[in-house]
Parts: sequence; structure tokens; C-alpha cells
Amino acid sequence: MYDVIIIGGGPAGLASAKACLDKGLEKVLIVERDKELGGILNQCIHNGFGLHMFKEELTGPEFAGRFIDMLRDTKVEVMLDTMVLSIEDDHTVHVINTVNGYQCLKAKSIILAMGCRERTRGAIAIPGTRAAGVFTAGTAQRYMNIDGYMVGKRVVILGSGDIGLIMARRMTLEGAKVLACVEINPYSGGLARNIKQCLEDFNIPLYLSHTITDIRGENRVEGVTVSKVDGHFQPIKGTEMYFDCDTVLLSVGLIPENELSKAANIRIDPRTRGPVVYENMETSAEGIFACGNVVHVHDLADNVALEAKKAGESAAEYVSGLRRADKKVVEIKTLPGVGYTVPQHVRVPLDNKFVEVFFRVNRVFGNSVILVKDEKDNVISQFKREFIVPGSMEKIIIPKVMLEKAEGNLTVSVKED
Amino acid sequence: MTELICIGCPKGCHLKVDEENGYKVTGNSCPVGAEYGANELRNPTRVLTSTVRIVGGLHDCLPVRTNKPIPKPLLLEAMAQLRNIEVKSPVRMGDVIIENLLGTGADVIATRNM
Repeated sequence: MYDVIIIGGGPAGLASAKACLDKGLEKVLIVERDKELGGILNQCIHNGFGLHMFKEELTGPEFAGRFIDMLRDTKVEVMLDTMVLSIEDDHTVHVINTVNGYQCLKAKSIILAMGCRERTRGAIAIPGTRAAGVFTAGTAQRYMNIDGYMVGKRVVILGSGDIGLIMARRMTLEGAKVLACVEINPYSGGLARNIKQCLEDFNIPLYLSHTITDIRGENRVEGVTVSKVDGHFQPIKGTEMYFDCDTVLLSVGLIPENELSKAANIRIDPRTRGPVVYENMETSAEGIFACGNVVHVHDLADNVALEAKKAGESAAEYVSGLRRADKKVVEIKTLPGVGYTVPQHVRVPLDNKFVEVFFRVNRVFGNSVILVKDEKDNVISQFKREFIVPGSMEKIIIPKVMLEKAEGNLTVSVKED
Repeated sequence: MTELICIGCPKGCHLKVDEENGYKVTGNSCPVGAEYGANELRNPTRVLTSTVRIVGGLHDCLPVRTNKPIPKPLLLEAMAQLRNIEVKSPVRMGDVIIENLLGTGADVIATRNM
């Protein structure tokens, strides 16, 4: 019997394992489907990781390496090259690999840390031929950084998510010509620093409110048509531009990978596509916790690691017998402009002195105030911001004393000055 | 006055650099921004991250980076240097792969064990 089985060995899995150890758990198992720990960090060879966690700027492999080193020579068990097939209500985890075959492993608690996957061409239905040369940005990143294949010479990138921006720079450095980065929204989906250091540094144009409306080519991509879009994302006739390219990279969003969670009847939030969680990262299934990109897509691995620490500590508390199930539940609702919150529920009275709430807006806000109100319209907390953009996750901290004054459920809204 | 986005951390502060006033930086929320803003207009530098070929490892590519920022105009020349490198496994994180890259004083180091 394990204390905790952690599903996924990326930043969330590694950091939650570390937290479980620090809380004194002895029997911790990480199940990872790849041949090594580290998850997507292994292919994120660029720097920018670790500024919060380690106070220095590391690359993805170095960030993962720090955690792997911390777990080395500890009691944490790792199963590599192993798939989890299902999770049962009694915390049995069914796994399979080529060495031990099929196994049913029992645990007192489970942490879901499966991460997310990329949206593909099929998900956004780009018209055109089915020529080779259309990759998700992360797939191209894997081919280039791990396997050493150059995926193309003349590239157009659709979407301005961080992976797409990082790949614009990466391909340019490796000798490709990146002709354009095309974003359907009137704002970028990536961090401002990546617009600067990945596009502007190399004079790569960013076309906002534009999208690819045609992909041409018989065997290999030969070119794409890019059109301006109106306020309803509809292409505007007469605005077409043609780019002669052999490669299209898609950086059009990430989807939390929750097949296991859904099969285990864990409640999923349709907005985040991740499990609905309480303030301690517990899901709707008692004793099953979740953290990282499987819950909601983060901008920074540092934030994933911090959230994972919370999940690991909560799992350890659960294993040591602490139960929260009979507490009162306060729901955090969102008003237009706010896309979602994590956690979605808070159990009161809080055990901590405050609760951290993460959220994303779904449009750009200038000078504004974030308002947390209760059902009687009382302001529980408010926070000023100079600007809030969808590309950056926001964090607010609601003190326990304020939360205890709230009547009924809470709402989070943003009011522009 | 030049406006810049700071690349020092994910926050991305909007900096203003006053060239006529000793490159004084405003809009930064930490010393990293002040330094970045002052340097960016005179001697922009970047940490270069890439890969080199590795023989006998789990994968064919070993991720590497410069251990300090190098002048931005040298990035492509530095990439050409990396293209000629082939290392043998095992390599430890932090091992020096190229010493004093292009005379910049920066070393290229491995960013993982392999």
C-alpha cells in the first residue's frame, strides 16, 4: 500500500513528490509514461524557469534537474515507461508497462499531475490541403530539441502562445526563416517578454486579429493565406496575404489531459477543462488531489511547482487522517470578463490564514480593480492592477478574516476605471 | 526616451529609458529592469540556449546554454560554433562544452545530465 501515487513525472509530479517527502510520507510512487522524469521541461531548453522557486534563471532541463536531484537517494519510487490505465474509487491505480505487465496498485491518496496537450489543426479546423509540414509548436520543439531534426525552412506560426513564440526564436537561430506569427485575437496569448525576445529581436512580424484561411501544397506545405478578421473572428474579404512557406506551426492553446479523471467520475470544470478543486487542491473525489496543467494551464513552471507543493502537502495531511469533507463549501463564481477561478470552491472555516485564488481574464483590462463580493454585494476584498491581460494568470489573496465575514457564495469580477 | 519591455522576468515591466539623462530607467519594479534598460540600448545581451550533438546518450541532442549573457549581434555566429560540436556521453549538468565562446568570456555549459 502506497501513501501517495502521483500520476505524471513533470514539474507538477516532481514538486508534489518533494512536498509529500517533506511532510514525512514514506511510501510515495511517481508513475511516468516517458522514459525519463521531467515531462515537457526536457524539451523546453530555453531559459526563464526558476526565478520564483530558485531565485535564478534556469532552463527547463535544469529546473527539472533540480527537483530530480532533490528526490535522488530518497524513498520516492519511480516507475518509468508506464501507463496508468484507470483509477478506482478505492484509490487503486491500474498501470501497465513492458517489464512488470499489468499491475493494480493501492494507495491512500492519489495526486493527478498529467499535464496538458496541445490543440491541433483538427481542433481549430483550418481549411486547405492535408500537406505535410503542419506541426503543433510543441511537437516541432520535441523534434528539434530532443531528436535533432530541423522541421522546416520557411515558417509561419499560427497563434502567439508562448511555445509558438519560443519556437519562432529557436527556428530562426537554427537557420530557418520565420515569416510571420499570426494571432486571431487582438492581443497576444504569450508573455510580453517573449514577444520582445523571440519576435522583435529577430524582426519577425506579429499580425494581430489575423488568421490562416488556407493551407496550400500537395505533399508538403507550399504556402498559406492569411486574412484579417473582424470582431467576430470572421475573415475579411480583400485582406488576404500569401506567404510562401513549407512549414506551419500551431500554438493555439493547450488542453488539460483528463481522460483518467473523467473515467474516474471526477468533476471537471468546462471552463478550465480540469478537475474542479478546493483550496487544498482536492478534487470532487475525496483523497484525490490535482495540480499543474492538468487543473488549468499555467504560464510558468514555477507556479505549477508552487501549486504542486500545495497538493502534495494536502495529500500528506489526508494520509495522516485529516478530513475536510464535512466543512461548509463556499463557491467562487465569476462575472463576465473573468474566465475561471482556481480553486472553484473553498471550504470554511479555512485552516490557513488566507486563500490564494488564481484566475484569467478573457479580454484586456487597463487600470482596474479586482472585486471579490459576497451574495449581499459586500466587498470582501479588492485589488488594484495597472493592466490585466488574458496571457498572464492573475493571483489574489483573500484573508481568512475577510472570508469569514462573507455571506453565501463569492463572485470575482474586474472593473475598469 | 525609449520604451522597452523588460525581459528580466515573466512580469514584463514597461520600461522607459532616458538616453539623454545617463540612460536612467523608470517603470521598472526591480534592479534587474534598471540594468536591462540601461544596457539594452547600448550593448544588448542575451543568454543563448541551444543543443549540441551527443553520442552514446539517451537522446541525440544535449541541451546547452551560455553561463552568462553574450552580445546579441553574436548570437548567429555562436550558433555556427555549436553546430560543429559533438560530445560523448556521459555529460553532467554544468560541464563546460565550449570555453570562452567567441572571446566573450562566456562558457557554453550542459544543462542536463546525459
